[in-house]
Amino acid sequence: MRKYWHVINVGIQNTLVYRLNFLFRAAFGLIPLTATIFLWQAVFAGKQGASTVASYTLTEMISYYLIVTIVDALTAVTDDDWQIAGDIREGTISQFLLKPIDYLYYRLCLFFSGRMIYCVVAAVPVVLFIFYLRKYFVLPADIATLSWFLVSVFLTAMLQFLISFTMAMLAFWVLEVSTFIFILFAIEYIAGGHLFPLDILPPLISQVLDFTPFPYQMFFPVSVYLGKTSGAVLGWGLMVQALWVMAMYGVARLVWSRGVRKYAAFGG
Amino acid sequence: MAEETFPPANRGPFSTLRRYLGIYALLARNSVVREMTFKTNFLLWIVVELLWFSLQLSFIGVMYLHTESIAGWSKWQVVLLMGASHFIQQLFQAFFLINCTNLSELVRTGKLDFLLMLPVNTRFIVSVRQMDLGAFVNAATAVAVTVYAANRLALAPSAGLVLGFLVLCAVGIIIHYSLMFLLATVSFWAVQAQGIVWAYYNLFNIARLPDAAFKGLFKVFFTFAIPMLLVSNVPVKLLVQKLGSPLELLLLLGMALGCLLVSEAGWRVSVRRYTSASS
Repeated sequence: MRKYWHVINVGIQNTLVYRLNFLFRAAFGLIPLTATIFLWQAVFAGKQGASTVASYTLTEMISYYLIVTIVDALTAVTDDDWQIAGDIREGTISQFLLKPIDYLYYRLCLFFSGRMIYCVVAAVPVVLFIFYLRKYFVLPADIATLSWFLVSVFLTAMLQFLISFTMAMLAFWVLEVSTFIFILFAIEYIAGGHLFPLDILPPLISQVLDFTPFPYQMFFPVSVYLGKTSGAVLGWGLMVQALWVMAMYGVARLVWSRGVRKYAAFGG
Repeated sequence: MAEETFPPANRGPFSTLRRYLGIYALLARNSVVREMTFKTNFLLWIVVELLWFSLQLSFIGVMYLHTESIAGWSKWQVVLLMGASHFIQQLFQAFFLINCTNLSELVRTGKLDFLLMLPVNTRFIVSVRQMDLGAFVNAATAVAVTVYAANRLALAPSAGLVLGFLVLCAVGIIIHYSLMFLLATVSFWAVQAQGIVWAYYNLFNIARLPDAAFKGLFKVFFTFAIPMLLVSNVPVKLLVQKLGSPLELLLLLGMALGCLLVSEAGWRVSVRRYTSASS
């Protein structure tokens, strides 16, 4: 266990190099966010009389996007998948096959340390932004909601990481994984609820999405925070989310062992 | 071989133009060969862009499930705007984007030394070294969407109007190129190319949205400082006859000229710094 603490430590020091890049990223990410908020304000302004769009008030809608930004800062995989693919392509993973350290846990530690630094850096612009929009920012209804939200965010982070890890394993089989990573990212972006809350979609589509892991990568924790998911549905949702994490862990392990077999066969 | 084909420099503007066109033709042929070496990748990138484009369209589609109009823009007007915006972006990408993002690599590896020594304008060679052929395919899908939306709006623009639209699109490409090139010259100082591309995609996101939805400082900034809200809005407003006044056309042209001048100034300062820093 101690060696993994060491990895986290090294990871923190390594990612500190990118702090400026992170700040840049977080600050520029607020531009399209602002644009989306403007767009929704225009939609709500155009609806004389009716004050909700599919059960969302303007405040809830804006809060939705603000919380998406927070969850994204806490859980998004930014560079890890590229690095893993790079490790495989350039053969740096050979050393992990020899050392008494597990590559998946090693990457997980790096992922967490990367997120930690990112959140510290991104906190400045994001908090300022939320403070500016404080009148549209709802707080969780009670401590229990907040706790379940945090549990769900943790599971989201695990799910994000494991899916990206598995995707990066493609590098064992194909030379150029970046297109696949982008395709997955695009699907996660829309089916996960980055672009809009999934419950404003026609019911049939959101029901179909419920059978995929994507809503659990973003939409689910946000809806917990907003109190849109509570009671028995919340318990059930958390269970499904945990099941997805376990399933993806299994897939990641399987693909890794297959990949390593293939890799070794190449003559590492 | 190249030396025989092209007349030497300094023989008047016409032969200079011919010389540069000749160089451009060679570079274009080079790009075709390069792309054909990685055919699968070439096709996959087209898929990625298509996916992102349909994602943007579905975002608008979902919004219009819940409303009739956004700030006075109807659904198909916004689709037209998205199509036009994608068209402008893809053509910009076809001609300039990779070259802008490669600039930081040229600086980092010192390959810029070699380009500075060539007997051609360095900005020219840096800006057009590679062409992204897949982007032409994506531009074609953008045209399809634009035409379809125009059909749904029952637009029947005259040839003159279409020509005006295309000219304004070209002006939009110039704005994107100037801004991106300026962003790229920042790489002489610090940030990695990845950060630049990220910043750029975030900026471009705004260009495909109806300007009337924006207010206050945000609108002022993205009209008069970074004219993202003009780039595709003005050409589309011309086409759907939504222009508030002809001043908007002048504003777009003026901003394009301004961006071009600023990026040239930024480039000169950066190159001077690069030379004095040496590698």
